[in-house]
Amino acid sequence: MISRSVSALVQALAEREISSVELTQLYLDRIARHNLALNAFVTVDPEKSLAQAKRADERRAAGQATPLTGIPLAQKDIFCTQGWLTTCGSKMLGNFVSPYDATVIEHFNATGAVILGKTNMDEFAMGSSNETSHFGAVKNPWDTARVPGGSSGGSAAAVAALLAPAATGTDTGGSIRQPASMCNLTGLKPTYGVVSRYGMIAYASSLDQGGPIARSAEDCALLLNTMAGFDERDSTSLERSREDYSRELSARTPEKPLAGLKIGLPGEFFGEGCAPEVMQLVAEAIVEYRKLGAETVDISLPNMKLSVPAYYVIAPAEASSNLSRFDGVRYGYRAPEYDDLDDMYARSRAQGFGAEVKRRILIGTYVLSHGYYDAYYLQAQRIRRLIANDFIAAFKQCDVIMGPTSPSTAFRIGEKASDPVQMYLSDIYTIAVNLAGLPGLSLPCGFASGLPAGLQLIGDYFSEARLLNVAHRYQQVTDWHQQYPAGFD
Amino acid sequence: MKQWEIVIGIETHAQLSTQSKIFSGSSTAFGAEPNVQANAVDIALPGVLPVLNKSVVECAIRFGLAVNGEVAEKSVFARKNYFYPDLPKGYQISQYEHPVVVGGKMTIQMGQGDSLTEKTINLTRAHLEEDAGKSLHEDFHGKTGIDLNRAGTPLLEIVSEPDMRSSAEAVAYAKALHALVRWIGICDGNMQEGSFRCDANVSVRPFGQKEFGTRREIKNLNSFRFMQQAIDFEVQWQIATIEDGGRIEQATVLFDPDSGETRAMRSKEDAHDYRYFPDPDLLPLIIDRQWVERIRAGMPELPAAKRERFVRDYALSAYDATALTASLEIADYYEAALAVAGNASAKPCANWVSVELAARLNKDGKDISAAPVAAAQLGGLVARIADSTISNNIARKVFEGLWNGEGSTADEIIEKQGLKQITDSGAIEALIDGVLAANASMVAEFRAGKEKAFNALVGQAMKATKGKANPQQVNDLLRKKLG
Repeated sequence: MISRSVSALVQALAEREISSVELTQLYLDRIARHNLALNAFVTVDPEKSLAQAKRADERRAAGQATPLTGIPLAQKDIFCTQGWLTTCGSKMLGNFVSPYDATVIEHFNATGAVILGKTNMDEFAMGSSNETSHFGAVKNPWDTARVPGGSSGGSAAAVAALLAPAATGTDTGGSIRQPASMCNLTGLKPTYGVVSRYGMIAYASSLDQGGPIARSAEDCALLLNTMAGFDERDSTSLERSREDYSRELSARTPEKPLAGLKIGLPGEFFGEGCAPEVMQLVAEAIVEYRKLGAETVDISLPNMKLSVPAYYVIAPAEASSNLSRFDGVRYGYRAPEYDDLDDMYARSRAQGFGAEVKRRILIGTYVLSHGYYDAYYLQAQRIRRLIANDFIAAFKQCDVIMGPTSPSTAFRIGEKASDPVQMYLSDIYTIAVNLAGLPGLSLPCGFASGLPAGLQLIGDYFSEARLLNVAHRYQQVTDWHQQYPAGFD
Repeated sequence: MKQWEIVIGIETHAQLSTQSKIFSGSSTAFGAEPNVQANAVDIALPGVLPVLNKSVVECAIRFGLAVNGEVAEKSVFARKNYFYPDLPKGYQISQYEHPVVVGGKMTIQMGQGDSLTEKTINLTRAHLEEDAGKSLHEDFHGKTGIDLNRAGTPLLEIVSEPDMRSSAEAVAYAKALHALVRWIGICDGNMQEGSFRCDANVSVRPFGQKEFGTRREIKNLNSFRFMQQAIDFEVQWQIATIEDGGRIEQATVLFDPDSGETRAMRSKEDAHDYRYFPDPDLLPLIIDRQWVERIRAGMPELPAAKRERFVRDYALSAYDATALTASLEIADYYEAALAVAGNASAKPCANWVSVELAARLNKDGKDISAAPVAAAQLGGLVARIADSTISNNIARKVFEGLWNGEGSTADEIIEKQGLKQITDSGAIEALIDGVLAANASMVAEFRAGKEKAFNALVGQAMKATKGKANPQQVNDLLRKKLG
């Protein structure tokens, strides 16, 4: 039961093979057994989860179930969840019980899904390894000496170790795709504006986007159907009619299901900087895609190399302002002792934030300062436009862009923690997608020395359904995504 | 000694009278218990986002149209970053590089009567922003209380060019602006509650010098009297400082009404770096031209146009027309009264509204919107003066009767209290004969050339009729008899 996909669990619940209470209990037991080794969850509250599961069973009995009714899901601790601690991986919010639900949580609650718990994450989503969490590093289930990726590392570890059927994540520079890649999962960052940011604690507002992390593209589609939708409480949410992201998946599978699909291969993704064994796996996946009927075309994203520097101006700039509300005045952490107001701010923020958060606040404050704004922030915004234009030009030549998700497989805990630039480069293939606001997906494409690698798909704006289908067709002819780490029985 | 020219620019924060806040659905009503009108967005919980209130934009458009400014097709909300306990997000959402209204003009009137002059004050811009909450320093035993009811209240910040040359001009501008924002219904203008507050940028320079002197900004002037006092003090201080060989340092100053002095709050060196940048949570504000035109079509006649029309159509002096267009309520009252009194009574009606009624309202501390005498009642009263039913003096008595509710119309009070003017010349003649007989000594004095005695005799005659005799008739008949 626990290794079943979300869609299989939907069926099991529908056919009364199992109740939501039983299913939820099954996962809660697994969390109790394995979370200590993984540190994937920061909060579990079995009473609350089981009460939700009971209500889901009653709803099903009343004939009012929707597909996700009774499905237990792990929620990244960045989504405000009413009555639950919502810490964002920070000491600053270590005591913050949210009085309201994020729109994404509201949507899941409305379908009757069950919250299994809140997952660990890099502090305020700033990190690529889940080592910056105030609640300790998350371990990769494929090798617990290694990182699961970040910042949605808790969600990825939980799903990989079968402690949850699927989870939510958020992706500002790769925080869904990179941990999905490192944990052998499928993760989707939708087009900016598809999933409401209301109640999703902001890191970099113009880049943040919520999305699903699951074990297959099919499951991602199911979750996205619930997560997506216009929200009038988010001014950057896009007013579009609802769509069924699963719609292309159920089509009959001819021999060459992807005939006519043009895959763009950017030279910039296949040069130096990527581990050869990862490159090999990506190349093999592309061969598989040719077998499915796709053609490949060489493309170029000439400004890609500027994406990491541009990101590390824009994201910290927005973060430095977004995190100003954490001042110890109204909620969250306040230093126990202080002399006056300025001292209270200084001590509360010095004690409440971790090193990486402070680093980004300092960078952001600097680049927005008088006399530096034009040289850094405005320049970065210009680069951002150039990068977006590169993609727009590329999508005139191809339907989907492919390349590695991350330049390496999971690295060792501590390996890059003291070298921020090396850590930042770990998102080199994912960041441009956020800067352009495009949808991106990572799916498992094999193992190097026992560690999973991810293939990244990048689509044009609003092409989530197509990306999911392209991933799904690959997953129908491969079984990488059905490999599970040992040791979590 | 040099002659100094005073240069003043005014920044005004007008609180917009919308039902809800600029970026949240909370009420903006004044005076509620602390923090009951602060929702998740206002207290800046983690994860919340701002959503622009459309009626706030409508207020800005109305203002832009009223001052003939350019309503920007695209304006941008920016974050102004600083830490303060009553600023929940740690930044204020404002507009910086791209304000919603660019340019515009205000006309002010200076002087009285025939020496009335007009001057145009140019506006730099007007932009939308949110207000902060309030810090409460009393009653917390050494701690500070925070009330976030006001946080997120919509403000229109209106910035003038440094076009004013005296404190009187500054006050005239502030009053004209105050009248205008109330006129177009975007601000209640309540200065006690802080709905309309001004900062004055003041500098001095020798006459003839092109460059401006260094300015100091007087913050938070919440009454016109304080504005005048503060500017006068500041100007004298600046001149004295320079003449004593000192230099003016750019600074922000506060006015202390008790001492009548301004004192520096912070110098330029401690000026914040606000690190403005476009708010990524809000899209640029795009204003559709058709929307602007719809609002333009629904705009009331503006003070300047109304003033000109009053002069043209009612033959009023510029001074009277200015007084009657001090607010939309006064103008509407006047025109409603005139509709009853008849256009021929335009001038007396103007006097009744801007002198008699104004004085009576002032005495009771009432606003014209709460005047016990309705416009139609006053119009009816003026009509009775015009047709000589009562004299101006008796009219004051009738007016007082209307004020106190002694009758519902002037006619009713005149009838009930027998105040109708005596115009029967036979009756007046008989009366005058009696007065002459009873005041032989006065008659003698008059005949001896004392003109004063004539007035005394008129007085006696009026007294005998309790003021009801037509004064002109009494005059004429007395002259005839004594002639």
